[in-house]
Amino acid sequence: MAEKLLEVRNLRTEFKREKGFVTAVSDVSFSIRKGEVLGLVGESGCGKTVTALSIMGLLMGTSGRVTQGEAWLHGRDLLKLSRKEMRSVRGRDVSMIFQNPMSSLNPCMRVERQLTEAILLHNKCGREGARARARQVLEAVGIPDADRTLKSYPHQLSGGMSQRVMIAMALSCEPDLMIADEPTTALDVTIQAQIMELMLEIKEQRNSGILLITHDLGVVAEMCTRVVVMYAGRIVEEAPVTELFADPVHPYTAGLIASVPKIGSGVRVLPSIPGSVPDLSVMPEGCKFAPRCRYATEKCRQSEPELTAVLGSPTRKIRCHVFGGEKGGARS
Amino acid sequence: MSEALVSVKHAVKTFQAGKGMFGQKRRVHAVNDVSFDIIEGETFSLVGESGCGKSTTGRLVNHMLTPDSGEVWFHGTDISGFTEKQMRPLRKEIQMIYQDPYGSLNPRIKIQNLIGEPLLIHTKLSAGERLKKVHELLEVVGLTPMHGERYPHEFSGGQLQRVGIARALTVNPRLIIADEPVSALDVSIQAQVLNLLGRLQEEYKLTYLFISHDLSVVEMISDRIGVMYLGTIVETAPREELYGNPRHPYTQALLSAVPVPDPTKEKKRIILEGELPSPVNPPKGCLFHTRCPYCQEKCRQERPKAVEVGTGHTVKCHFPDILRSGAAGIGQP
Amino acid sequence: MADMENGVISPEELPKAQSRTKAFIKKFLKRKAAVISLVFILFILFMGIFAPYIVPYDAATPDYTALLQGPSPEHWWGTDEFGRDVFSRLMVGTRLSVFTALAAVTIGTVIGAVLGLLAGYYGGIIESVVMRGADILFAFPDILLAIAVVAIIGPGVINVVIAVAVFTVPSVARLARSATLTEKEALYVEVARSLGCRDRRILWVHIFPGAVQSLIVNFTMRIGTAILAAASLSFLGFGANVTEPEWGSMLSQGRNYLVTAPHIVLFPGVLIFLTVLAFNLLGDGLRDTLDPKIK
Repeated sequence: MAEKLLEVRNLRTEFKREKGFVTAVSDVSFSIRKGEVLGLVGESGCGKTVTALSIMGLLMGTSGRVTQGEAWLHGRDLLKLSRKEMRSVRGRDVSMIFQNPMSSLNPCMRVERQLTEAILLHNKCGREGARARARQVLEAVGIPDADRTLKSYPHQLSGGMSQRVMIAMALSCEPDLMIADEPTTALDVTIQAQIMELMLEIKEQRNSGILLITHDLGVVAEMCTRVVVMYAGRIVEEAPVTELFADPVHPYTAGLIASVPKIGSGVRVLPSIPGSVPDLSVMPEGCKFAPRCRYATEKCRQSEPELTAVLGSPTRKIRCHVFGGEKGGARS
Repeated sequence: MSEALVSVKHAVKTFQAGKGMFGQKRRVHAVNDVSFDIIEGETFSLVGESGCGKSTTGRLVNHMLTPDSGEVWFHGTDISGFTEKQMRPLRKEIQMIYQDPYGSLNPRIKIQNLIGEPLLIHTKLSAGERLKKVHELLEVVGLTPMHGERYPHEFSGGQLQRVGIARALTVNPRLIIADEPVSALDVSIQAQVLNLLGRLQEEYKLTYLFISHDLSVVEMISDRIGVMYLGTIVETAPREELYGNPRHPYTQALLSAVPVPDPTKEKKRIILEGELPSPVNPPKGCLFHTRCPYCQEKCRQERPKAVEVGTGHTVKCHFPDILRSGAAGIGQP
Repeated sequence: MADMENGVISPEELPKAQSRTKAFIKKFLKRKAAVISLVFILFILFMGIFAPYIVPYDAATPDYTALLQGPSPEHWWGTDEFGRDVFSRLMVGTRLSVFTALAAVTIGTVIGAVLGLLAGYYGGIIESVVMRGADILFAFPDILLAIAVVAIIGPGVINVVIAVAVFTVPSVARLARSATLTEKEALYVEVARSLGCRDRRILWVHIFPGAVQSLIVNFTMRIGTAILAAASLSFLGFGANVTEPEWGSMLSQGRNYLVTAPHIVLFPGVLIFLTVLAFNLLGDGLRDTLDPKIK
């Protein structure tokens, strides 16, 4: 198996609220290997973005802080690095792509300046070298007229184009790991298809890893090799993508997959998960999904299950009292 | 087949987009020759990408905008030239559900007063009678009378969307225009709201104009579908026909671009090259020819008319038959 | 279970409803400066009403045995050139100084708000007339405008109120218009229109409550300006009758004794300063409290 790029262990992030602290992310562990796309899936507020921000050390300026855990990349624990060390990691070893390309680019600066600046931060190649590199990465992300794009301001670009520029910027220093937070959510389907294609192509060429954060199960199915499903700040299930869709074990994953309308299914009434996601400040005792779970037992309401391996499957993990330890598909 | 409740005929709507260098007016062609009928009791969907004019079309139907040319018929009357005053009694017949439940409900007004507002405007019910009706409706959409005492910011998106639906139902409308009603919601909540919309359609004999960019949601809820591109409807067809036998190259590309939540499925994806042309200067000839993989000389010169290729299935394309082999059958299981 | 499938939400799922007033008070109490200011303002307002009945000396009666005395146990803040007690005169003067400003700003705000709302909502000719009118008034410095108004209609308390109100109107109108324009763009206003609401209902039920918060904050802050303006007018002799106790005119008369008896100027000056400051701090506090983004 390919070497591990990033390994996150027992990550816990808390946010300060008016009345004490709330836990946004708890006991999150996963790893990404070279050439792998790991999907971090969940609904809004499940902690998937907070996880990424914690790893990248981007919680500064918010009321959040990491209280526990490690994130190993190239033999260094990112969570223990100083601000200055972290700055040199960002962009060079890990880069991030955000959901809204329009607001991630500075509207008052030409694309050229923003790109070359990102390049110069980590390379000593001089202005000219940086400009050449910028043109090169723009061509690599399929922008036909690189010179004109370099001279434009962000508002002159379409959504798809600016997301390409963001990806180019993320690529400019050839990082091994890209963290993409809902990279296609703001884009139209036909443009989304282009961007997904592009990201996969780049990953193939460079054998890098991608942590893809998304709520869209369709995107997950098309892009990811492995999937981590989060609910209420916890990982509830981890599995290779084909197994996850063919045979979801955790009731939440199963419910989530069932509630997505699928083209050609002919279904007119969707199975849905009753209730809604709990608020961070009033988390239920025990399993966080228990109040919405139709299989919940007394035990589920009282103690929180651990993330354990699914029996007979070395690659799968699940956090559930009822289905944990069982081989998937035992449910009728 | 029963008669059309809504009938839009060759509607055109343009907006001014600043002035050119020499003072000539530049106009955005938001809706460019759109025609469709909505039959009483059905769900007609307009689907397309952002900027295709689907929301503008919705606003033409509920008379928040008036067309530059063309007609909008509602229940046997041409309402396109109506004044706001003439429109007022019709307002209760046409209700709207919006994408953004937070933005569409006034944050300073209690839920029960928000839901009761259409009753206050259109009926002479007393405050007590209104409240009773509001409580009924809260229960219909899966909330409780207690929720009525709250303010919008105390609710989650899915709950607020239920409030929006309850509000649209208060005055027994005939037509509900739902503009991306589930796009802002999480998948598990989206399913709840879609099911609710389906149930209410049966109970209240509603007609829906459903506007969405999400082809999988549209397939689930619609009877007939119009696919919009750059301000015009390029293909109209009943649901099975559209998904099983798409004839316009744009529809085919759109369908093939939808990510399928099934990693084992083999996909032949048609990746459309390039970007959407600017609606300020729509291309000559066929509006889609700049991105069409099958573009011919005729397509660059002449704008295609809608041709019927099957029962209730029309396509605006010069060569709907050549493409038959294309990606047909993408939507089939 | 069938109910569960439809996603019925139980009322227990919602957090306990919190009274909006209670939440507001709780949030406001966190702002110490604003709270102290409010207490001070309440004290001043109390004095404005009851001072004539409780102050130790009559404000108008001269005492030729105690001219220009410094602060002492008998006369806390000393006496003026006629031997009148400065503390008593200042407290009694509250009525004229502060209440003039209050009245003026209230009148100005009501007129300005209505004009601004109509201008913002209807646009067109109403907007042009109102906003150009405001622009013209803006071209004059506030105090010059007030002097001009008093010069035309003559001195006197009522005329000071009118003068101050006149220069309050344009800034309020401009504020109300911009708040209305913002609210008008809100989706729920369009929704109200699509429901069939009439203009009057949209304007008063849907738009006005959204604009009212910034108007309240502005109102509080304007009072400070108005107190200064009223005092300035009196200082210049355009205000109340010189025999009546008024902060501005006391300052003006005390000027002559600046070297021999600085306390005659000092205390009115400090009082004006503190009162204006208090109103501004209260305005700041209210703005922060009303802003949902600030905790």
